[in-house]
Amino acid sequence: MQGKWQEKIWNGMFWLSGIIITLILAVIIIYIIYRGFSSVNFNFIFSAPSRAGKAGGISTTIIGTLYLTAVALLIAVPIGVATAIYLEQYARRSSRLAYLINLTNDTLAGVPSILFGLFGFVFFVIFLNMGWSVLSGGMTLALMILPTITRTAQEAVKSVPDEYLENSLALGAGRWISIKRVILPSALPGIITGIILSMGRAVGETAAVILTAGSSLNMPMSLTDPARSMSVHLYILATEGLSLERAFGTAFLIIIFILIINYLANLSLRSWSRQT
Amino acid sequence: MELILLLGASVSVIAILLITLFIFVKGMPLIAKVGIGSFIFNLDWSPTRNSFGIGTMLLGTCSLTLVSLIWSVPLGVSAAVFMAEIASKRVGDFLGRMIELLAGIPSVVYGFFGLIVIVPFIREQLGGNGLSLLAGAIVLGIMVLPTIINISRDAIIAVPLDYKTGSLALGATHYQTIGRVILPAARSGIITAVVLGMGRAVGETMAVVMVTGNSTIIPDSLLSPMRTMTSSIVLEMGYAAGDHQAALFATGVVLFVFIVILNLGVNIAIKAGARNAG
Repeated sequence: MQGKWQEKIWNGMFWLSGIIITLILAVIIIYIIYRGFSSVNFNFIFSAPSRAGKAGGISTTIIGTLYLTAVALLIAVPIGVATAIYLEQYARRSSRLAYLINLTNDTLAGVPSILFGLFGFVFFVIFLNMGWSVLSGGMTLALMILPTITRTAQEAVKSVPDEYLENSLALGAGRWISIKRVILPSALPGIITGIILSMGRAVGETAAVILTAGSSLNMPMSLTDPARSMSVHLYILATEGLSLERAFGTAFLIIIFILIINYLANLSLRSWSRQT
Repeated sequence: MELILLLGASVSVIAILLITLFIFVKGMPLIAKVGIGSFIFNLDWSPTRNSFGIGTMLLGTCSLTLVSLIWSVPLGVSAAVFMAEIASKRVGDFLGRMIELLAGIPSVVYGFFGLIVIVPFIREQLGGNGLSLLAGAIVLGIMVLPTIINISRDAIIAVPLDYKTGSLALGATHYQTIGRVILPAARSGIITAVVLGMGRAVGETMAVVMVTGNSTIIPDSLLSPMRTMTSSIVLEMGYAAGDHQAALFATGVVLFVFIVILNLGVNIAIKAGARNAG
C-alpha cells in the first residue's frame, strides 16, 4: 500500500510542476493585458510622446522599433541565408572551415545582449563614427539575430530532398541557378520561420539597443538619426516613474506583438513540416 | 558565386573576433592599471574617486544566479520529466507551446512585471523596500525555466527505450524507473541544461536592473538590494567617460570570461554524455 501512496505523491508533484509553469505564464500575460488594455487607443498609437513620455502616445517609439527591426533583418537575412547555402551546398561537411563557422554561430548565440551592446557602442557608434543611430542599433541587432536566421535557414536547406538538386543539374542547369530556382523556393517556409522568430528577438531587445541607438524620443527620419524602441521606452517609463499608465500600454503592445509572432511562427512551422 | 557565399559565411567568424578584440582592447588597459586582483576583489566602486572594484557586483551576480537556480532547476527538471514521461501528447504539446511563449517574452517585460507586482508584494509581506535579491531571483528563475526545461526534456527523450522497458520488466514501477534509470541516464543533458541556464542568468540585464535596487553592497540577506555586473554596465554606460567607461568595459571583459568558462563547461558535459552513451 505504501508504494501506491508514493506513486500518487510523485504523480501529483509532476503534474503540479506543469501547472505552476502554465500559471506563471498566464498570470504575467493576463495581468499585463488587463492593466494595459485601457491605456491603448488610437491616440496612444498614433501620436508622439511629449514631456519625456509623461504625456502623449508612443508613435515615435513604434516607428523606431519597426525601423530598427527592418534594418537588422535587411542585413542579417541575406548574410544568414548565404551562410546556410554555403555550409549545406558548397562546403564539405567535415571541413575545418564549416566546423569553425558552425562553432562561431553557436558562440554568437550564447553571447549576452549587454556584450553586443558594449561592442556596438565601441565599434559602430564610436570607431565607425556612426553615432547613436538607427544604423548602429540595426547592425548590432543584425549580429544578434544572425545565429537564429542561419540555423533555421540551414535546417530548411538541409530538408530539401537531394533529388531536387540532382534532377535540376541533370537537366543541364548550373549549380547556382539550381540553388536559386529549386532549393531556395523549397526552403522558403523554413527561412520565413527564422525571420519571424528573430523579429521577436529584435523587438524585445533592450540593453543592446539603448547603448547603440540611444533613447531619443524624436521621430527617426533617416538611418543616421538616433531612435528609441518600444522596449527601451518601457524601461525608461517604468524605472523613472514617468507614467505608469503609458508603461502598461507599451507593455501591452509588446505582449500582443509577441503573441502574434508566436502564432505566426507556429503556423509557418506547421506548414513547413507538412510540406517536407 | 561561391566566393560571395563564403564572404557571407565568414561574417559570424569576423564578428566574434571583432567583439572579443574591441571589448578587450577597451577594458584590458584599466584592468592592467588597477591590477587584476584589486579590480575583481576590491569591494569599493566609486567612479568619482577613481576607485574601481567590482567585488560587490561579482558577488551579486553569483548569489543572484545561485538563488534563482535553486528553485528553477528542480521545478524545470520536474516539468521536463512530466512532459517527456507522464503527460499525454496533447498536454505535453500544450505545455510546449506555453514554454515557447515564456521564452519569447522580452526581458524588459519580465522586469516590468517584477517591478509592478513582485517588488511591492515583497515590500508589503516581507519588509525592506522590495527591490532585492529575492525579487531578482524570482524574475530570473522564471526567465531561465524555458532553457532548463527544453534541454532536459530533450535529454530525457533521448534515453534509449530499452533502459526503460528493461527496468519495467524487472518489476520496477514507472516512478522507480524515472528516479533510478531515466534521470541518471539523462544526467549529462540535465547538467548541460543547468549550465546553459546559468549562462543565461549571468548575462541577463534588463529584468535584473529593474528589480534588484542596484546598490553596490554585498547582499547579506534575500531582502537586501544588490547589483550585478550587467546592471552596472547598462546603468552607467550612458554618462561614463575616461577611466570610468574603461572600467565598465573591463566589467564586460570579466563577464565575457565567465560566459566562455560556462561554454567550456557545456562542451565538457556534452562530451561526457557522449562517452557515457558510447
